[in-house]
Amino acid sequence: MSELDDLYQSVILDHNRAPKNFRRLDDATHHAEGRNPLCGDHFDVWLKLDGEVIAEAAFLGQGCAISKASASMMTQAVKGKTVEEARALFETFHDVVTGSGGPAPLPSKLEVFRGVSAFPIRVKCATLSWHAMKQALEAT
Amino acid sequence: MSPLAAVPPRGPARQSHAWDVARVRADFPILKRLVRGRPLVYLDSAATAQKPRAVIDAITAYYESGNANVHRGVHALSQEATTAYERVRELAARFLNAESHAEIVFTAGTTAGLNLVAQSYGGSVLRPGDEILVSEMEHHSNIIPWHLVAERTGAVVRPIPVMESGGLDLAAFEQLLGPRTRVVAVTHASNVMGAINPINAIAAMAHEAGAVVVVDGAQSAPHLRVDVQAIDCDFFACSGHKLYGPTGIGLLYGKRRLLESMPPWQGGGGMIREVLIERSTYAPPPERFEAGTPPIAEVVGLGAALDYVMSWDWEALVAYEQGLVAEASRQIGEIPGVRIMGEGADRVSVLSFMLDGIHPHDAGTVLDTLGIAVRAGHHCAQPLMRRFGVSATLRASFGAYNTLEEVGALVEGLGQARKVLLG
Repeated sequence: MSELDDLYQSVILDHNRAPKNFRRLDDATHHAEGRNPLCGDHFDVWLKLDGEVIAEAAFLGQGCAISKASASMMTQAVKGKTVEEARALFETFHDVVTGSGGPAPLPSKLEVFRGVSAFPIRVKCATLSWHAMKQALEAT
Repeated sequence: MSPLAAVPPRGPARQSHAWDVARVRADFPILKRLVRGRPLVYLDSAATAQKPRAVIDAITAYYESGNANVHRGVHALSQEATTAYERVRELAARFLNAESHAEIVFTAGTTAGLNLVAQSYGGSVLRPGDEILVSEMEHHSNIIPWHLVAERTGAVVRPIPVMESGGLDLAAFEQLLGPRTRVVAVTHASNVMGAINPINAIAAMAHEAGAVVVVDGAQSAPHLRVDVQAIDCDFFACSGHKLYGPTGIGLLYGKRRLLESMPPWQGGGGMIREVLIERSTYAPPPERFEAGTPPIAEVVGLGAALDYVMSWDWEALVAYEQGLVAEASRQIGEIPGVRIMGEGADRVSVLSFMLDGIHPHDAGTVLDTLGIAVRAGHHCAQPLMRRFGVSATLRASFGAYNTLEEVGALVEGLGQARKVLLG
């Protein structure tokens, strides 16, 4: 059961039950939708940029515990980051959950997602909102 | 009358006895393997069934000693392959109780069969404003082919509603039928809820209105004694791989006069009468719809699967599978916060449910770590998901080799999932 405990750490379950920034951002400057046609999960991601800095990030939608917790923690992680930093964080996060990038340094809060790499089928869940965030930055 | 009772027996009545599941399990090599260190509990036969030794051996034997193209050569191997290929058509006609083997077209699967009917039959009869009635519980493969032909012809696709019980709303269906109805596309058994639709009643109503009935039989053929003449459908499509046979091969039954009226779907070798550069004339059905070298090994494998399942006592099989799904429904129904989709329906051994506060994918992952294979998702039936206000379900489906112990393992696994995910 250790792989399973690694995947469903209490931080992930807490964010699933009570996600942060789980709302529409009315004054957003950037928006994108993430949709997984295989499972029907979808999230809207909103960003509010102040110059090059992501001042606010929020999301709404439905998905599994992994995708929802990941979206919640993504909005926390990119808040206050520059666009470049957020893009770099996307790459690192992606490498970590796919298990392709070696022990890349992640912000400590995101470390809980390292367990996803043992479940390749769930990588798309973990990265759904991150792809939407990256796409939102490219949208304008 | 229950739709289960409405299906007449195939062949002479046999003395009914208990289903010997241990003997059946011994025929399936894959059931011996471990998954994540535990014995495989395979509850995903609605996606694809496992294969008995007889099917695996038949495909190997064909490639080792019988491989040749069909309907082409004068040599011995080609003649043997042709004989083997056409024997399976005869078997399939018997399996579905078609009037003639000429009513059986080999396709790549249920999806291909339904696309063939939509493109060839739909494409030639539909006019702008004509109506295609599609039930809300259809798999996408009995919806999208109708969208495609509707876009091409100007026909309109309208939904037949599903009731909370999981049954089709036949009163609403009657209201929807009208002079413009040309096609009624309906599944024999829902791939999500297992709910069985009363095809003979639907066909009688549709025929009264002058429409044809196109049945998706992917989920009924493995679980019910299908008799296409008794249910009086016009077309019936099913897949080999859900019938314990290989992937890439399926059956399309069509009433002879309808198949004869239809233009080819694809052009190529094997489906012609005569070809000139400017034009060609076509072979009669079923060859008309089998352009190109067919999947011969898969047909041979399907033949082995049909031989295998037709040796079964289907009365015992149906009773056994009904027992499994009833017990699963009862035990799962006792889990706090569970909701079974279409709980009131007569069903084949397919069951969908939702656990309160748990996304089906998360529960599916927990079950996977216990070696239990279920399906989690929308099951290619998004209109049905929307009807019940959910984005996904967990689906357990039971085949001839599943056991009551496996039902117990599933229920225990769901308890584990609740513990891990709800804390």
